[in-house]
Amino acid sequence: MDAKLIIGLVSIITAGFTISIGAIGPALAEGRVVVQALAAIAQQPDEAATLSRILFVGIAMIESIAIYCLVVSMILIFANPFWNHFVAMTAR
Amino acid sequence: MNISPDQTILLDLGIVKINATLVFTWLTIALLAGLARWATRRLSTTGGLSPWQNLLEVLVEGVQRQIRDIARQDPGSFLSFIATLFIFIATANLLAVVPGYQPPTGSLSTTTALALCVFVAAPLYGIRRLGLRVYLKNYLKPTPLMLPLNIVGELARTLALSVRLYGNVMSGAVLGAILLTVTPLFFPVLLQALGLLTGLVQAYIFAVLATVFLAAGVAAQNRDNGGTPVPTAPVSKSTAARPTVAGGDTPHD
Repeated sequence: MDAKLIIGLVSIITAGFTISIGAIGPALAEGRVVVQALAAIAQQPDEAATLSRILFVGIAMIESIAIYCLVVSMILIFANPFWNHFVAMTAR
Repeated sequence: MNISPDQTILLDLGIVKINATLVFTWLTIALLAGLARWATRRLSTTGGLSPWQNLLEVLVEGVQRQIRDIARQDPGSFLSFIATLFIFIATANLLAVVPGYQPPTGSLSTTTALALCVFVAAPLYGIRRLGLRVYLKNYLKPTPLMLPLNIVGELARTLALSVRLYGNVMSGAVLGAILLTVTPLFFPVLLQALGLLTGLVQAYIFAVLATVFLAAGVAAQNRDNGGTPVPTAPVSKSTAARPTVAGGDTPHD
């Protein structure tokens, strides 16, 4: 196997693992957040506006972890620096 | 495939390369400035509001109320900064459904620039309100041992702010392009419709987080002896429906 093939193979497999493993934690956390927020809103419906704002901000914070994984896997697939380097080297 | 409009170079002037991000940022700015100029041509304080003046008043008052609720202080000096961020990001994200328009927020350069604005603005507001010494002392709390952590936290939240917005907008665009090749016609349209919602929610979240960061720099030592007491505006407890939050459980993946 030449370098290009190995790099492509490893990049794609790693991208898949990155997003799939990286999404587990945020998914569980967001589920917990929503459960707690719903319980709180059910107890205090008057505070629903404040609670949902905090809910949004909290979910956005948790979400960004999954987004980091997404960005890394996107870079691995579409803008892989090693791949570009080796393609440039073989073209020379 | 391009994952950033930075890579689309529209005009090459030797050293200076005009890429799509720049062009679409300028377009958005021109559109917003033109609309604002046009809408504020004939302002009236007596009856007969034009629809555009009505829209702008709703927008400004909505942002004011949100800032007052979140920061628990007078929105005065924050208003222009936060509202500018919100309106620019929201417009850029919403215009993404226009064919041919590449949202400038889908480029890491733009979002980093916006996050750096927040990064610079937070100490500026803090120093202006509290003075340099009191503001810097803030970094030594609760103990001087926390100084490195406070600084790293400041940097990390800037990074998170920029990558979050970039990731959301970019993933929407890339997924749209991928779906277009796999299942044309129907699913991409649905995804674009979802992208409208995501874009607005992300603009809201960016503005809320910017408000939180600015307010944290200003109001942290309200109850302290060192800080000047910041006048707190009466917080309206109205449970009126807020247009941006009313959904409650809107998903925004």
